[in-house]
Amino acid sequence: MEMFDLSLIWAVIIAVGVIMYVLMDGFDLGLGILFPFAPDEDSRDVMMNSVAPVWDGNETWLVLGGAGLIGAFPLVYTILLPALYLGVFLLLAGLIFRGVAFEFRFKSHRSKSFWNWAFAGGSFVATFAQGCVVGAYIQGFETADGVYTGGAFDWLTPFSVLTGVGMVIGYSLLGATWLVLKSEGHVREWARGLVPKLLIGVLVIFAIVSLWTPLIDQGVYERWFDNLQVIWVLPFATLLCALGIFLGNRHGREGSAFLLTLGLFIFTYLGLIVSRWPYVVPPQYTLWDAASAPESQFFLLIGVLFVLPIVLTYTAWTYWVFRGKVRVGEGYH
Amino acid sequence: MALDPILLSRLQFAFVVSFHAIFPVFTIGLASYVAVLQGLYVATGNSVWDRLGYFWTKIFAVVFGIGVVSGIVMAFQFGTNWSNFVQFAANLIGPLLSYEVVTAFFLEAGFLGVLLFGRNKVSPSVHFFAALMVAVGTFVSAFWILVSNSWMQTPQGFEVREGVMHVTSWMEAMFTPSFPYRFMHMAMAAFLTGGFVVCGVSAWFLLRNRDVEVHKRALSMTLWLLLILTPLQAWIGDEHGLNTLEHQPAKVAAMEGNWETQSNVPLLLFALPDRDLQANRMEIGIPNGASLILRHDADGVVPGLDQVPEDEQPPVWMVFYSFRVMVAMGLLMIFFAVAGLALRRGERYATSRWFLRGLQGMSLAPFLAVLAGWYVTEIGRSPWLVFGVMDYADAVTPSLTGGMVLATLIGYIAVYAVIFYAGVYYLFKVIRQGLDDSHANQGIEDSDRPARPFSATHVPFDGGIDSARS
Ligand code: HDD
Ligand code: HEM
Ligand code: HEM
Repeated sequence: MEMFDLSLIWAVIIAVGVIMYVLMDGFDLGLGILFPFAPDEDSRDVMMNSVAPVWDGNETWLVLGGAGLIGAFPLVYTILLPALYLGVFLLLAGLIFRGVAFEFRFKSHRSKSFWNWAFAGGSFVATFAQGCVVGAYIQGFETADGVYTGGAFDWLTPFSVLTGVGMVIGYSLLGATWLVLKSEGHVREWARGLVPKLLIGVLVIFAIVSLWTPLIDQGVYERWFDNLQVIWVLPFATLLCALGIFLGNRHGREGSAFLLTLGLFIFTYLGLIVSRWPYVVPPQYTLWDAASAPESQFFLLIGVLFVLPIVLTYTAWTYWVFRGKVRVGEGYH
Repeated sequence: MALDPILLSRLQFAFVVSFHAIFPVFTIGLASYVAVLQGLYVATGNSVWDRLGYFWTKIFAVVFGIGVVSGIVMAFQFGTNWSNFVQFAANLIGPLLSYEVVTAFFLEAGFLGVLLFGRNKVSPSVHFFAALMVAVGTFVSAFWILVSNSWMQTPQGFEVREGVMHVTSWMEAMFTPSFPYRFMHMAMAAFLTGGFVVCGVSAWFLLRNRDVEVHKRALSMTLWLLLILTPLQAWIGDEHGLNTLEHQPAKVAAMEGNWETQSNVPLLLFALPDRDLQANRMEIGIPNGASLILRHDADGVVPGLDQVPEDEQPPVWMVFYSFRVMVAMGLLMIFFAVAGLALRRGERYATSRWFLRGLQGMSLAPFLAVLAGWYVTEIGRSPWLVFGVMDYADAVTPSLTGGMVLATLIGYIAVYAVIFYAGVYYLFKVIRQGLDDSHANQGIEDSDRPARPFSATHVPFDGGIDSARS
């Protein structure tokens, strides 16, 4: 066990789990945010049907993130959740409403518009809360002896509101490029028209956050401007993705537009990680401080390395079964 | 001190977990039932099974959806309200919960899409396989969660260093003495829940003369199953109690309402336990009953609540009455299963009005029993969170204020009230709609299932049930 650094391996696994969640739940949350703006009820059916078979699996990555944190880095779990207490409640309430809206909207008639709003509102609140978490994370947490000591609203600041808004626009972009990929006719045209606007929004917020972040913390500043010049490749790659999305969308290459949007998220996320590395509870605790006992990390690692490839295989199979465009009037239930 | 964060956190945890628990027990049982129906369809090619399977899958979808969203809440409750507990026990609880996610939740979620929406996209046998995987997933999930819970009840296989527990033996920590009993009892409870709901719904249709042949089959099949399972559950529960007697005698004393360690303890049917008096204010019971059950001897000595200091006693009356509710439900279930057997002659189980009405009501019984059972287990462990190792006050999140917990408690109650109301409403709607009519036109014996036009199965549903029939 001494031969490799288990905490490091776990940091990579959790990081991958989180980005899996962001990418996969991102597009279905994004569809929810775009829901109220859809041209008509038929388009809403298409939007929902395009994610109904997979949303549950997408959200399971969030549960894995939570449980994996207890298993590998309990300190992160026990500081972040108390610190984000009220935000977590909002996130969960949002996820509850949008989750049941999938089932109930299909089965409803008169109350359909209520579930439309539950789906949209839940998606919006959950996304915004996630964005705030990112902002709060960059800012760091007040702790003493491994216990959170700050107040109930420390996570809500102008900066975290900005990241919250950024997340809402970003997920909408993911949702829009997904929809272009999965739909046809007027629904597709509508989604295609949204892409450039959302893309500009994302870039504006991206620029403000990038300028603001180094000012928040000296360590972040030094990382970007003094010692590690190579990481500038990340924002550069992000901008290239943005350009690719714009062109891909314009020329109807919907597959590449969607994939590049995923790329945009991945590079931004990597930028975030390098800003704070190796602190997992900024500004104090590194990933080695937060780690659980090596026996526990090892015990879990065996299972995860064995099971995750299988999980990924049948997840891919599910997407394969439901491949192709969703047509208007093609209700699933 | 106006608002106590500990008490409020306990209330909040009890509320969210009670709400969550009723959905999984239902889905565990129902998932197996759906898998059986789809399996019968593949084996016989008789489309009756497919129609039943389709009907129950729609119900399953609603229940499963609520189960999942309320479960996501559970995954965060430990961190938000009991962060010191997690800091202490993460080395065990963390890997166990993560194993649950990677082995069970992904399995369920992955195949759920195909089960619910893939009916026309994959072959019947692949569809059956998806149903089977979802059913297996629900059991694997119950396995891991009960491993965690049993460790909290009868902890072992660990040592405490610098205020943090470290696992010394995974085998010991996972397979604690109460685990086998708890798992069997819970698995049985899930089957009983599925079984009695199926009976209740079939009875509802039979009383209204709708799809009589199909629902008679479903009822008959399920009654046979219940005839075996109901007594089995009483027996497992008894063994479970004997095991608890060994490891948590105060809990059993609270269940029996027995304050003094003595012989010839009666089996109380009714009592008014009083913690200040350290005695029952009044009681009605069967002489020597408890001694006979717990020691198989009328003179057997049964431990009483006097075994533990007063401040380590659980709230006796809650445990006492919860236990009685559970056992009463268990006995009622046995009664209905046996009555079903007695009514076999002339197939009166499918026509007798009182029996069918009774079965309708009995669909609530398993939910009551399950909640009551969990209250016995959990409240009976009080004041310990990890039995004998950590109590509530040590476990709570230090930065919590009463106001924060109260705000989110009210929030959860409000959110859950809305979705519970809506969930029940849609369940009744699906049930009222009955078996999908478009299937009915296809003739009963289409063995190799034709590739149906996609829309055919969906017209009545998407067109709104209100307009279908009610
Ligand atoms: C994995 C662990 C676990 C599982 C599966 C359950 N519980 Fe539990 N329960 C706890 C872990 C726990 C706990 C963390 O240990 C609590 C929280 C704080 C506390 O009072 O103990 C608790 C408390 C608790 C209380 C309050 C006890 C008191 O205040 O004296 C009730 C009524 C329940 N639970 C009910 C349930 C029900 C109905 C469950 C059905 C599924 C259930 N629990 C499953
Ligand atoms: C504190 C206790 C519990 C926690 C933390 C918890 C956590 C969760 C989570 C996160 C989910 C959603 C999984 C998904 O995304 O698919 C879930 C669903 C589920 N839970 Fe729990 N749960 C708890 C108690 C229980 C109990 C007591 C049982 C049954 C014995 C149970 C059985 C299930 C099952 C079968 C599901 C699948 C969904 C469903 O059937 O409704 N859970 N749980
Ligand atoms: C009729 C006879 C029954 C007996 C004698 C019995 C006995 C018990 C006992 C002693 C416990 C407490 C275990 C502990 O110490 O932690 C328990 C718990 C429980 N019971 Fe029962 N039970 C019966 C019927 C039922 C029925 C019919 C159901 C549901 C359909 C049920 C569901 C549960 C549940 C969910 C628990 C909590 C989980 C656990 O600890 O296993 N029981 N039962």
